[in-house]
Amino acid sequence: MVGKVVLVTGVARQLAGRFVRRVQREPEVGRVIAVDAVPPEHDLGDAEFVRADIRQPMIGKILAQHSVDTVVHLDVSGTALGAGGRTQAKETNVIGTMQLLGACQKAPTVQRLVVKSTTSVYGSAPRDAAVFSETTPVKSLPSGGFAKDAVEVEGYVRGFARRRPDVAVAVLRFANILGPRADTPLAEYFDLPILPTVLGYDPRLQFVHEDDVEGVLLVATLEARRGTLNSGTFNIAGDGVLLLSQTARRLGKPTVPVFLPAVTWLGQMLRTAGVTDFSREQIRLLTHGRVVDTRQMRETLGFVPAYSTAETFSDFARSRGPGLLPPDRVAGAVDRLAAVLPPAARAAADGDPVDRGAAVRS
Amino acid sequence: MTDAKVIPFDEDSRARRGGGRSRARKKTSPSSGAAGGAAEHGPLTPVPDADAGAPAAGGRGKAGATGKAGAAGDASAAEAEASGGIPAQSGGGRTDGDGDGDGGQARAASSQGREGAGRGLDGADPDEPAVPSLGAVLAGAADRLLGGHWERKVASGLAFLRRRVTGDYEVDEFGYDAELTDQVLMSLLRPLFDNYFRVEVRGIENIPSEGGALVVCNHSGTLPMDGLMAQVAVHDHHPAGRHLRLLAADLVFMLPLVNELARKAGHTLACSEDAQLLLERGEVVGVMPEGFKGLGKPFSERYKLQRFGRGGFVATALKTGVPIVPCSVVGAEEIYPMIGNSRTLARVLGVPYFPLTPTFPWLGPLGLVPLPTKWTIQFGTPIPTDTYPPEAAEDPMLVFNLTDQVRETIQHTLYELLVRRRSVFF
Repeated sequence: MVGKVVLVTGVARQLAGRFVRRVQREPEVGRVIAVDAVPPEHDLGDAEFVRADIRQPMIGKILAQHSVDTVVHLDVSGTALGAGGRTQAKETNVIGTMQLLGACQKAPTVQRLVVKSTTSVYGSAPRDAAVFSETTPVKSLPSGGFAKDAVEVEGYVRGFARRRPDVAVAVLRFANILGPRADTPLAEYFDLPILPTVLGYDPRLQFVHEDDVEGVLLVATLEARRGTLNSGTFNIAGDGVLLLSQTARRLGKPTVPVFLPAVTWLGQMLRTAGVTDFSREQIRLLTHGRVVDTRQMRETLGFVPAYSTAETFSDFARSRGPGLLPPDRVAGAVDRLAAVLPPAARAAADGDPVDRGAAVRS
Repeated sequence: MTDAKVIPFDEDSRARRGGGRSRARKKTSPSSGAAGGAAEHGPLTPVPDADAGAPAAGGRGKAGATGKAGAAGDASAAEAEASGGIPAQSGGGRTDGDGDGDGGQARAASSQGREGAGRGLDGADPDEPAVPSLGAVLAGAADRLLGGHWERKVASGLAFLRRRVTGDYEVDEFGYDAELTDQVLMSLLRPLFDNYFRVEVRGIENIPSEGGALVVCNHSGTLPMDGLMAQVAVHDHHPAGRHLRLLAADLVFMLPLVNELARKAGHTLACSEDAQLLLERGEVVGVMPEGFKGLGKPFSERYKLQRFGRGGFVATALKTGVPIVPCSVVGAEEIYPMIGNSRTLARVLGVPYFPLTPTFPWLGPLGLVPLPTKWTIQFGTPIPTDTYPPEAAEDPMLVFNLTDQVRETIQHTLYELLVRRRSVFF
């Protein structure tokens, strides 16, 4: 039997490129067809690159021609590659998904569909539960931006799943993807020398490492292992939570709290200056934060991320170099303060239990 | 010398007792000679027109200062009192700002020198040992202030600071920052709990030492002070050191700063998803089912429990099989007696009610000071829910009956506690 034929969309992006290189090493995969409207700058290994715009009906021909059985739709993204900006990104996300799903519906060979989504479909509001599970009813749907695209994409995917019940559909809702090579809007935000934050809010953030994204995509693309089910909707995030204030301190970057009404204005200014793309959705994330429940990912999908949220972030921080207030230097300042203490206190500060006892007795 | 008659004030006698203590400690402390010198120097320093206040206040200040001089300067208390008039004024002038009633220890230290007192009044101040030239003097001061273990306290304070500035601490998925809560937030609330409301905690053992429990509490007082006090009660008094995770209204999470502090203190939104998740993890969850109806009820309806919502808390307890611990708070009703409600202002500000109390908003920010009522928090016998089948949460009759049972228990306990209460303030 010939191995599977996997079609991956959006391969001009780093993450999809890595997945293409990884998935072709799997024994059960025969061929990998990599599709994007722009030729990728990175190497795709032995995959066949087909230059096609998924917004055009051409994609249907490609599916039929290569008798593709697994479609991995990764061309759902917040930022457009190259020119076009937000309108272009929205078209690729929504119209592209519609075309691709229409083509899949007509292609009898397709047996599995994996779609990249985001946890921002839950929105982010003070009225929401602190931890979203896959079934939590959402109080305020995202009103625009990438989050709304993702909600619409998921809607089309659900429709497709109804019309083609024979196709196994997996929707992976990724938390903020970070890692040494991340190029997401949030990574751009963390690259600012001084982090603007919203005054009086300290959002909870969750991250997922690039390597884990690759790993979980692989789990969803290949045959399900025994005792697991890899179709359905899953939240994908690393363990644990970091507060925005913690991330700033770990990066060693000072924060500037901005009064909430002024934030939108500041975001617009930064966007005009071309520093970073501060979308409304990102401001909401940085105001209220978002945490998802990952029990389904562990128990049903059978995937355990290698990196926790904190480990993902420290990996990201290492790749970015020190900020203006590196944590080790700040810690050094505190240590110098501790150094002028009498010896008994210093021993207590070092945390040696024996000496601590001595300090108590003295 | 009418001043001498004022001396038997409680505070002043404590000052003298504290002075006696510090004199006893002086034998072991190497730097107390210097301290004594400073204190001796104190009375001689001429400070013209130090105290222009009311005579009674002046008398108190003098009395305190005499106690101090007597203690540190190794003069007998009687002598110091006798010499009260002139030196006491200088003492009073020097120690203004020494307003906390922490008895003799703080006073003794403040008599030691302006620099030492100014810097060292707060025990956790990490700057304190940063001046090596004053090191020995400060060590003596800190010894008196913090009772000898100050090095350890400062060191642990520095270790805490180090973890905070480098972001090296953990929060859970709800944003609960255990370290910050233990070290800072609870310490801020504790004076209110111990000294202001003088909360008496009863039946704390009814909260299980491990596993989940749902503490159901009456709600009153215009501002949700009762929840915070219940949190301190569980934190400080429970033998297993459990933490009460409160469920708060969505308004809390809309307000800037308040939402941040609430999350860090372990509160989360009052919704069944969050409550269930916390209970499944074996946390003690605190809920006030009356919500704003109880919090913002008029003073005339005090201690009358409002409707307990739709009993969602009972359904959640049934689903998770945790016991329900009824909790009755007496004293919170009177902290801000709400005699009126300005609906117009409430609508404009987007809050459920705008309280009008005898002091608020007429006295401005001063009206925000709660009345110092005497509180009692009683935790009642737990009501087990693990005997019901799992589908019991879907049975509306059972849920209503249990809700009523909890409500009646709290209401009866409130009446019992009210009968036993001697006065609102004592």
